[in-house]
Amino acid sequence: MKLTLWTYEGPPHIGAMRVASAMKDVHLVLHAPQGDTYADLLFTMIERNDHRPPVSYTTFGARDLGKDTAALFQNAIREAVEVYKPKALMVAASCTAELIQDDPAGLSSALNLPIRVIPLELPAYQRKENWGASETFYQMVRHCLMGTDQGLKRAHQNGPVCNILGFMGLGFRHRDDLKAIEELIRAMGIGINVVAPWQASPEDLQRLPLADFNIMLNPELSESTALYLKRQCGQPFTQSIPIGEQATDAFVREVAQLAGLDPDQALFRARQAQPCRAAWYAASVDATYLTGKRVFIFGDASHAVAAARVATQEMGFDVVGLGTYSREQARLVREMATELHLEPLITDDYLEVERAIAATSPELVLGTQMERHIAKRMGIACAVISAPVHVQDFPARYAPHMGYEGANQLFDAWVAPLMMGLEEHLLKMFKEDFEFHPQAVASHLGVQPVAPEVDTPSDEVRETPLAWSDEAQKELGRIPFFVRSKAKRNTERYAQAHGVSMIQRDTLYEAKAFYAQPR
Amino acid sequence: MPNRVLDQEACAPEGSPVLVTGLGPTVVRERGQHEVFCGLTSIVWLHRKMQDAFFLVVGSRTCAHLVQSAAGVMIFAEPRFGTAILDDRDLAGLADAHDELDRVVDQLLSRRPDIRVLFLVGSCPSEVIKLDLGRAAERLSAQYGPGQRVVHFSGSGIETTFTQGEDACLAAMVSQQVDRLSPGDPRGSDAAELVLVGSLADVVEDQFRSLLSDLGLKRISCLPGRRGAERLMVNDQTRFVCMAPYLAETAQRLEAAGCRRIPSRFPFGLQGTTDWFLSVGEAFGQPSDRVLHVIKPAQRRAQLALTAMRPMLEGKRVFFFPDSQLEIPLARFLAEEMGMKVVEVGVPYLHQAMMAEELRPLSAEWRIVEGQHLEQQLARCRAARPDLVVCGLGLANPLEAEGMSTKWSIELVFTPIQGFDQAGDLAELFTRGFARKARLARRIPIGVAA
Repeated sequence: MKLTLWTYEGPPHIGAMRVASAMKDVHLVLHAPQGDTYADLLFTMIERNDHRPPVSYTTFGARDLGKDTAALFQNAIREAVEVYKPKALMVAASCTAELIQDDPAGLSSALNLPIRVIPLELPAYQRKENWGASETFYQMVRHCLMGTDQGLKRAHQNGPVCNILGFMGLGFRHRDDLKAIEELIRAMGIGINVVAPWQASPEDLQRLPLADFNIMLNPELSESTALYLKRQCGQPFTQSIPIGEQATDAFVREVAQLAGLDPDQALFRARQAQPCRAAWYAASVDATYLTGKRVFIFGDASHAVAAARVATQEMGFDVVGLGTYSREQARLVREMATELHLEPLITDDYLEVERAIAATSPELVLGTQMERHIAKRMGIACAVISAPVHVQDFPARYAPHMGYEGANQLFDAWVAPLMMGLEEHLLKMFKEDFEFHPQAVASHLGVQPVAPEVDTPSDEVRETPLAWSDEAQKELGRIPFFVRSKAKRNTERYAQAHGVSMIQRDTLYEAKAFYAQPR
Repeated sequence: MPNRVLDQEACAPEGSPVLVTGLGPTVVRERGQHEVFCGLTSIVWLHRKMQDAFFLVVGSRTCAHLVQSAAGVMIFAEPRFGTAILDDRDLAGLADAHDELDRVVDQLLSRRPDIRVLFLVGSCPSEVIKLDLGRAAERLSAQYGPGQRVVHFSGSGIETTFTQGEDACLAAMVSQQVDRLSPGDPRGSDAAELVLVGSLADVVEDQFRSLLSDLGLKRISCLPGRRGAERLMVNDQTRFVCMAPYLAETAQRLEAAGCRRIPSRFPFGLQGTTDWFLSVGEAFGQPSDRVLHVIKPAQRRAQLALTAMRPMLEGKRVFFFPDSQLEIPLARFLAEEMGMKVVEVGVPYLHQAMMAEELRPLSAEWRIVEGQHLEQQLARCRAARPDLVVCGLGLANPLEAEGMSTKWSIELVFTPIQGFDQAGDLAELFTRGFARKARLARRIPIGVAA
């Protein structure tokens, strides 16, 4: 039993719904109690879909438990097949139905339906949403390929052809990332055989073996399928995630290699098709103020790692914290954290993330919707880089994070919440003017942050409250708000360690010098 | 016996809708996919009303995800609700679920010493595995009391629909927090004269208190109060009145505690609120002309607001999907006061006794559908092409995309809509979609080359 206030991921059947909602001609029948239909609104409200997800629920109640929930489930299947006429049917149980052990697989196969039925095992008390999505995608592919000739290759070789795997419903920028990647692939002269699960039908999945290789994006959702296709059909797959300019270069070269094309020429074509301004923008003088900005990064593993790379190499930021909620993929984050000399934060407890943000006093938080709320409360600039998503993450405009266009958009998205160069400069210059009070922050941050100084439990137990002289207090107020709490903490820690009972103006600077030493 | 969804469905022969016809409206029962929330959702407004309470759902990741999704925006620093997520160890009996729960509660209460009442909220999984949360609440109350109390209720989807979660919560509070004074008790003068049952926005509560005190009522209590730890003193003189129709079990427990219910229509709209005050006045022996005199200024304001809204709704056809149990009184308001035509009113379940005053004036032309078969209801809705569809969030955008105008029903639960001064706001909620469409239909000529 685990106390949870907010969750980063839903239960695994939500993952199955994400696959179902992405595909064509499939339907999911979910054995679930009344209330589980709430999940529909994730798709119709957050993703703003103009149709319900292709999911039917049995909505059993207490009285059914004493009777025949199995018959209820079979009725729901019959009705769904009759009304929606899917070409393949997925069946699964949500958490409560798992407990009553009705065996969706056996019940559905007993109906002898004329279509492919894919029973899903989604252990709700062990696994979470991303695992559920990954497993569902894998099972869909596996079942659709059953009985087909998996060694099948195209009769006419008309240049290299690939599949694109890993885009689905409720994904962070999936719609636009897919478009950006398709543009790059076509520019390189590579054909796209199947995109899956996004808008793929069961027949499309049967054509997966026709490609020469797979492009595997969003590994949280598609790596198991890519591994399966490698095993079954001998298709190699890409490993790099094209987020940021340099990673996109690496991706283009990797794809060219798998396609047997000249990497330099592929790169030239891809860059022609999708001009990248990000590097020049980062090099321009106005961007100098970005140097060493303290940034805290948290998200799913692939997005967090990609963001850490971009932040470090392409923006010149200082990554002060890096973490993920996806334990399954934590290895990637650990490796990147080691590279950046950081202690990785692997947790799905958002309070822990909040404490880590407070303790590192970042100037920018790159996170999920959860971190956006944390940052908002602390008055820290923030950009969202990863699922879990909210309605804002489905903008009306074309807004990829992948590819060269994605790199352009990352530059804009991460710089916009920070103070513009000149504005920051002026704010410092006129800090003492009457229009500015010591708590003044950049105007675009809107309302005054509630409490920049977040109390964090410190490892040292404070015996007596430390006194600050008026002068020292005033000096503290001059320190920019985003580092003020850290300066305060460090000064007090220093004062305690050095037996200073009344903190003077000088103590602040003594402490600053002390903590600036490399240790 | 509280009249709950599933008990009622048990009366209907499987598969065939039952027509209940009499002098009142036509009632049809349906069975199929229910597109409704479970009772856990009511935590979203209950925790805001009772600021010293924490709601701990004992359930699965689905429960946590549901409450989080229903709360919509994740804006709370540290919300006063959470989930003790059951895992494999709890289910396999490797861990004693009660020990685990004690540990989680300890973790929570030591973190939040400001919490006075902790609600242990049962869920579908906790009920299916028969985790006795009532016993856990007793044990934990003994441990943390009297400063911190632990109360159990069920918000599970197999037992409750959406607003029924509030009913279950308040019913549990009645069992735990009501002191029933015997006739000779010297504290008799402290017992409530009138209890308003059902959570109200503070501003609405104040308006009702003010009008009721003008009527001469002095000892008015609310259930829930603003503090979850508040105790309620009642005696055999105590009357109570429900502010919403979904409070059947709470009403039954209050009656068992010796209080008497004042039957009335629900205070929605000018007429509904007038009837409500007349019923309450009558119960306390107030002549109706005196009641009307007291409420007259408020009635005039409501009239003014409604007159402004009526042209946008009059003559339009409305279809209600089942959601919060407010469908019948709201449809009545729209028909009676706004001149709308009601095509169909879906309700998750129909509690005849609680709804009696609402149903009585309705004619046989009214079609009330109890329960739900989503696909069939959608088909009827499409065929009827109503001007306005009141439905849940899962259906709203798809229906809009089909060219229908919708109103999200959940907003009717989260927005203060009871009483005279909210009557205009209530009507406005239904006009909003039309007003917006009218704006978007405007065309300012664009100069183009001929």
